[in-house]
Amino acid sequence: MAKKKLVLVGNGMAGVRCIEDILKLAPDKYEITIFGSELHPNYNRISLSSVLAGDADMKDIILNDWDWYNENHITLYSGQTVDKIDPVKKWVRSSSGLVVSYDELILATGSLPFMLPLPGANKEGVIAFRDIKDCQTMVETSKKYKKAIVIGGGLLGIEAARGLLNLNMDVSVVHIFSHLMERQLDPTAAHMLQQELENQGMKFLLEKNTKAILGKKRVTSLEFTDGSTVEADLVVMAVGIKPNVALAKDCGIEVNRGIVVNDYLETSDPHVYAVGECAEHRGTVYGLVAPLYEQGNVLAKRLAGVETEGYQGSVLATKLKVSGVNVFSAGQFMDAPGTKVVRVQDDFDGIYKKIVMKNGKIIGSVLFGDTTEGSELFSMIRKQEDVSGREREILLPAGTGTAKSGVDRVAAMPMDEIICGCNGVTKETIIQAIKEKGCTSVQDVKACTKASGSCGGCKPLVVDLLTYVLGAEGVQTEKEGICGCTSLSHSEVVDAIRRMELTTTKEVMNVLEWSQSEGCSKCRPALNYYLGMVWPKEHVEERESRFVNERNHANIQKDGTYSVVPRIYGGVTTPGDLKKIADVAVKYNVPMVKFTGGQRIDLFGVKKEDLPKVWEELDMPSGYAYGKALRTVKTCVGSTWCRFGTQDSMKMGIELEKKLERLNTPAKIKLAVSGCPRNCSEATVKDLGVVAIDGGWEIYVGGNGGTDVRTADLLVKVKTEEEVMEWTQSYFQYYRETANYNERTSKWVERIGLETIQKELEQKENRMALVERIENVLSLMEDPWKEIIENNELRKTFEPLSYLNLVGTAE
Amino acid sequence: MKRIVIANMSDITEKRSRVVHIGSLEIALFKLSTGEIRAIENSCPHKAGKLSEGIVCDHHVYCPLHDWKINLDDGLVQSPDEGCVTTYRVEVDQKNGDISIDVEEKLLVF
Repeated sequence: MAKKKLVLVGNGMAGVRCIEDILKLAPDKYEITIFGSELHPNYNRISLSSVLAGDADMKDIILNDWDWYNENHITLYSGQTVDKIDPVKKWVRSSSGLVVSYDELILATGSLPFMLPLPGANKEGVIAFRDIKDCQTMVETSKKYKKAIVIGGGLLGIEAARGLLNLNMDVSVVHIFSHLMERQLDPTAAHMLQQELENQGMKFLLEKNTKAILGKKRVTSLEFTDGSTVEADLVVMAVGIKPNVALAKDCGIEVNRGIVVNDYLETSDPHVYAVGECAEHRGTVYGLVAPLYEQGNVLAKRLAGVETEGYQGSVLATKLKVSGVNVFSAGQFMDAPGTKVVRVQDDFDGIYKKIVMKNGKIIGSVLFGDTTEGSELFSMIRKQEDVSGREREILLPAGTGTAKSGVDRVAAMPMDEIICGCNGVTKETIIQAIKEKGCTSVQDVKACTKASGSCGGCKPLVVDLLTYVLGAEGVQTEKEGICGCTSLSHSEVVDAIRRMELTTTKEVMNVLEWSQSEGCSKCRPALNYYLGMVWPKEHVEERESRFVNERNHANIQKDGTYSVVPRIYGGVTTPGDLKKIADVAVKYNVPMVKFTGGQRIDLFGVKKEDLPKVWEELDMPSGYAYGKALRTVKTCVGSTWCRFGTQDSMKMGIELEKKLERLNTPAKIKLAVSGCPRNCSEATVKDLGVVAIDGGWEIYVGGNGGTDVRTADLLVKVKTEEEVMEWTQSYFQYYRETANYNERTSKWVERIGLETIQKELEQKENRMALVERIENVLSLMEDPWKEIIENNELRKTFEPLSYLNLVGTAE
Repeated sequence: MKRIVIANMSDITEKRSRVVHIGSLEIALFKLSTGEIRAIENSCPHKAGKLSEGIVCDHHVYCPLHDWKINLDDGLVQSPDEGCVTTYRVEVDQKNGDISIDVEEKLLVF
């Protein structure tokens, strides 16, 4: 099939992003031609202020370099402005007379700076702040002249002024209103901003209305309506933008303030579309990048023939960054009747935070000085999340104090700093992926670079880097599906398994329309766990969906050998068992014997084919040191020996371990029992820790001493050993039923909240129901080592195939 | 080249793998869910992980060490990682289920 001709007028961010999306969705559908007035490839216009401020080079802000156009077979006419469209014969003509015909035409002509029609506005030295040329003019001017005036105290004006300050000019900002950025900031934040900028050397002339620009050929001063004047060698008008609609208007396409489009970005002409700052959707013209990208994406789907709900309009968020100051603003940020406000103001550190609430939902926010919460707030505003009851926590998270924001922290890191320690991914690699490969979410970055793909501990840093490069509004927060095969969350999948009574991974993937028919290494083990958790009796264990360690019941090491850890209940062993372990180690030439952190013994370097024999001769149960299961119960010696001990911690630990051994859980669980509050078994950094007190026990939960160091929370104080068992069992069954696969208790407790857990376990009948379910599961578990030793079919799979028959000579 | 029988269909369960040593060569044999057999060198190009221990999804295997994804049809490592493992063409005798491959004679030192 011949390719259709697609022409894009406007080589800017919105249009080119749309083309990128089309190339992803339907790479072969169109022959693409792009016209751009500027002599540059597509660059990040938002970052022009960084170039001017000296924080970035021109080459740093290029989004698509020349090669990109070549590689994607796009014909680019740069420096050519389209001046005519014939929508009937379907062609466009450029100012140099070049005529190109089209099947589909996208107008992304952007906007023009609004130049105040003042007397003298055409004098030399009066410019706008819109493109690279304007930047160059400012740089040139700063070499010869001193006094700069910026008309407009909005976002653009302040960024321009900051840039001019960097060029060592004497800069004054003229603003018609009494406070700066009135469209984004309330008076308090605006005042703080003004003070900060004044400290940086910027001057302000507020509530001034310009009457005329004076001078002969070149501007020399400005006159205001109140009769006062101010000297000026350069005047930058930054009072606003207007959609560039002339081209559309000339050929009869419906135009209001912008080019009128419907939800599918279609104009009044069936083959002409408009995206970006030139388009007017439901009466609104957008000037920020996020909505423009959303529009581009919808249009791309439309043109690629992919189903889309259409563009529904956007909630706006702004992030202003002038050196040293962070400002965030979103939604309806002004107090109004019917709204309630949470406000934090700290004049010492120059921090101001405000959220505006209505009916339990956040409808707007202003952050000044520290915008850490910006992305989170913006997503809450967009999702219209009900935050009743935790209004304060949003702005006053426990323990953050005056810590630097994450974005500032990553901004200050050197480029070669490792962000993802598991995969050795540097800040530079991630930034490249964001800038060059268009990554806008953690998922994207993971797919491009592997960062955060392993332990996931660096996810917050990746988010900070994304925010740092793209701004809060540019970062996509995706719903975290189980894996790339589905967009469904863990709990949605579990619900479906229960509701539709799904019993095999194959069935789950089929019914829930997995994108890869047999899943991936992430979802297969997860589904196998969920199925076993929901249907403990009915589910047939799928060995092929288990990670190697859980399939072979040993820990694979980097050389392909395995380590073997037999169960040593409560860390209490006997000379007989130690002798047995030693004998096996000698017999099978085990190269290393090491004590684990959980009071057991690890035999390293065992060959796969020796595993069943080693287990057989050990004749001890599996310690499950390889599984998402109960690992160890660490104990101190307690009242048996210790002069401080108040209870028999070893006995308690051994009983717990015997009760819970072989239990499959969403992630590994580690327990400890301490005989007194000195807590020698470190029970407060365990998934569940029991600490003896005089006359009873304290049960702590959600602790972690590994990747996510967290002090455990006190779940409950009980009196008897039976109660310890009951609470422990019901707690872990509740964890099994509600946690995401691979979610440690430390994360789970944070996610669902300690109170929720306490409430669930408060009633005796609830606890007993959970205990009954966990007892049922435990009664079905067998020792896996024994099972393999006794099952010839299984045992065979541990050996390599050995027979080789020569059957002839191949040609 | 010599053709040798190295396994039988009954030796391998679906979506699982068995290992065969031929001289110094270690081959992982996979049975896909379609019943087809694939043979590749049992060593991940990344850190020599035993691919035979990986999770099999369609015609891909995920290395058990660092989750590299490898196409069993052509041996190519899938992005964002790069590399390739050697693949071997296998023949299955439809009558008795014997699986054979062609190897260079010099490898056949028993």
